[in-house]
Amino acid sequence: MAAIIEVRDLCHTYSVGTPFEHDAIKHMDFAVEKGEFLGVIGHTGSGKSTLIQHLNGLLKPTCGDVLLGGESIWKDKQTTRRARFRVGLVFQYPEYQLFEDTVFRDIAFGPKNMGLSEPEIKERVLRAADFAGVNPASLDKSPFDLSGGQKRRVAIAGVIAMEPEIVVFDEPTAGLDPAARSSLLENIGAYQKATGATVLMVSHSMDDVAMMADRLLVLNEGQIEMLGTPAQVFENAERLQQIGLTVPQVTSLFLRLHELGLPVDPATYTVEGALKQLLRLKGGA
Amino acid sequence: MGNAISVQELHFTYPSQNGGNPHPVFDGLNVNIEEGSFVAVLGHNGCGKSTLTKQCNAILLPEGGSVSVFGMDTKDEALLLEIRRTVGMVFQNPDNQMVANVVEEDVAFAPENLGVPSEEIRRRVDNALRAVGMYDYRTHAPHLLSGGQKQRIAIAGVIAMQPRCIVLDEPTAMLDPHGREDVMRTIETLNRENGITVILITHHMTEAIRADRVIVLQEGRILTDGTPKQVFTQVELLKSAGLDVPATTQIIHELNEAGFDLPPDALSTEECAQALYSRFTAKA
Amino acid sequence: MLKDITLGQYFPGNTVVHRLDPRAKLLMTLLYIVALFLCKWFVSYGLMLAFLITAVALSRIRPKALFKGLKPLIVIILFTAVINLFYTDGRVLVEFWIFKITVEGVQNAFFLVLRIMLLVMGTFLLTYTTSPIALTDGLESLLSPLKKIHFPVHELAMMMSIALRFIPTLIEETDKIISAQKARGADFETGNVFRRAKALIPILVPLFVSAFRRADELATAMECRCYHGGEGRTKLKQLRWHARDALCLLLGAALLAGVIVLRQFTL
Repeated sequence: MAAIIEVRDLCHTYSVGTPFEHDAIKHMDFAVEKGEFLGVIGHTGSGKSTLIQHLNGLLKPTCGDVLLGGESIWKDKQTTRRARFRVGLVFQYPEYQLFEDTVFRDIAFGPKNMGLSEPEIKERVLRAADFAGVNPASLDKSPFDLSGGQKRRVAIAGVIAMEPEIVVFDEPTAGLDPAARSSLLENIGAYQKATGATVLMVSHSMDDVAMMADRLLVLNEGQIEMLGTPAQVFENAERLQQIGLTVPQVTSLFLRLHELGLPVDPATYTVEGALKQLLRLKGGA
Repeated sequence: MGNAISVQELHFTYPSQNGGNPHPVFDGLNVNIEEGSFVAVLGHNGCGKSTLTKQCNAILLPEGGSVSVFGMDTKDEALLLEIRRTVGMVFQNPDNQMVANVVEEDVAFAPENLGVPSEEIRRRVDNALRAVGMYDYRTHAPHLLSGGQKQRIAIAGVIAMQPRCIVLDEPTAMLDPHGREDVMRTIETLNRENGITVILITHHMTEAIRADRVIVLQEGRILTDGTPKQVFTQVELLKSAGLDVPATTQIIHELNEAGFDLPPDALSTEECAQALYSRFTAKA
Repeated sequence: MLKDITLGQYFPGNTVVHRLDPRAKLLMTLLYIVALFLCKWFVSYGLMLAFLITAVALSRIRPKALFKGLKPLIVIILFTAVINLFYTDGRVLVEFWIFKITVEGVQNAFFLVLRIMLLVMGTFLLTYTTSPIALTDGLESLLSPLKKIHFPVHELAMMMSIALRFIPTLIEETDKIISAQKARGADFETGNVFRRAKALIPILVPLFVSAFRRADELATAMECRCYHGGEGRTKLKQLRWHARDALCLLLGAALLAGVIVLRQFTL
């Protein structure tokens, strides 16, 4: 599997030379595989936000490098600028960035900045709106007339309209109710399947991320704590709890069952996986 | 114990926005909240949860029916300040509740508005900050604190009014798990140790489980109302209302559908683990 | 980048200057500014400079912070200096092409620059050593006689303190909005003046919308905490006038008097 993003010995220090100097990222090394869904977990202060802003060149490394397709994004100004369009970044509460007169024009902002033709822009906007679940009737309306959930979808459409090879979502479901949350996650999953894009999702919710990710990147105090499949990561549930992270509800349950002596896999993290194992137990006993 | 909040035949409609139709929220809601209880209110966005909370301290007034708070009718203008002092409110966004640049000055805002004498304000501010565990930060600038800390200060700002009831509208929605736990612990302590009635609006099952009573709203009507065990075992009902069910309940529900006979109300991880363990080792 | 703006910044401390009553400091600053504009010669400016240096030393504010406050004004300062340098009539010092520099021009430019610097640094010293709430309390107290003519003193003070409290929050939000728009390819660096002004729309519109939303939520929160205007409000920290505050005012008055007297003796 080819690595599409490589982070090599990355460091980032804020406010260098002042009394507020602070190492947000300390020597991080990892690679993201093309087409994978990578979950990024870490508590506040672990370096998550700083890390993702390096991937599209918004922040410059204090040391180390970021490579896109094998090439450093800091090679020259044009490469850095192109990285903005190749790596789409959806910030937390993205609905607070909307500004255009109509939903259509707001979604078109990214493609416009890419210098695309009008027909190409229109095509991309419609495609993106569809993927993000934006109500087509809203395209001519002002984004400020929409509900919070719809506004968020418009903001997300604005990023995927650039048709980036990689999309990074920072807590995309923050503040949404359970129905809206699962709907949005479904859209994200469908988007990835349809386009083959590489997706990174930063989240606090282990439950959400465990369901969707191929691998999990766990950050702690500016460094990588673990990187592996959900099953591999949840085997270290104790360590996760030590660094202030929760495990999925199912995993807590199965850890306890394992402790009590039942022959179950303590790293189980989905309800389906849980049921399968429990039903098998019955069959065996 | 009397009723902290009493809602009778509440009718309320939101005025129309942008030339659309007026949006009816409640048409005859009845609900009573007992003094000293800890009630969680759940429902999808738009079901009327926030509107209901704003009726509790007269930010919004009923169009039909009535809302009374510790015996005071919210429509009585003369009692407005007393009502707002008695039922405090904490909102979702920590930043947009802060009025001052210094923690203790922000917590002092409510007693200052109530005309409390200076030395008494000092005492209330200190006590309130101690109650939420933020006394050491009293001279700090609030905008440099974490979300969880800011929300605790918002709660302190409300406690400084010495309310009998606190309503919290999704106070943890913008917080990380640590912050959420800090806020939940603070609320529980206020309820259990100080007897303050707590009404918590939330989406998180892990939070609702900690309440004495759970009310689920849908389209301005009560879908179900009972203890956490009574409510969360109604798996199909909750799913149809677009709500989450704890994983423990889901697993037990599915197993029972497959012919098992597990206690449907083993909600917490420990209860569920014990129930499953005894069931699967009973054969031996 | 935006974090470097120190407007409204307050550096807490426990020095004499910090502990002075804000009303004394406000009045003192007023006297200082008036004196500054009445300064005419080296001795007067020397007096003002000595005063400022003493105040800065007493407050333990780092001079670096004060100079930082001057950074945004460098352009204006230089511009004014140049204008005065080349366009004052008098005894010619140097002449080349169509430009002439006079002795008076040099003097004027020098004193003007000095005056602006002293003015700005003196004002910043006020805000660095006085918390925004203390400042607005002090202002509210000084202006309270105006309540008799129905001037909205309390409302003004409340607006000021809330505005100051939200400066860091709005700056943080602006940073976030800029990052988000940059992530969609927005370019704030290239282009002529018009292009760059247009590029600001994706920042200003969300910022304004957000500010209104915040104001709405804050107003509701304030009402929930029983805010009902200025009537009947008490204060956590009551302003108390001490001997040191009277002394401070006396010093300020003496400074002003000194400068006025010196005006009679200019060469």
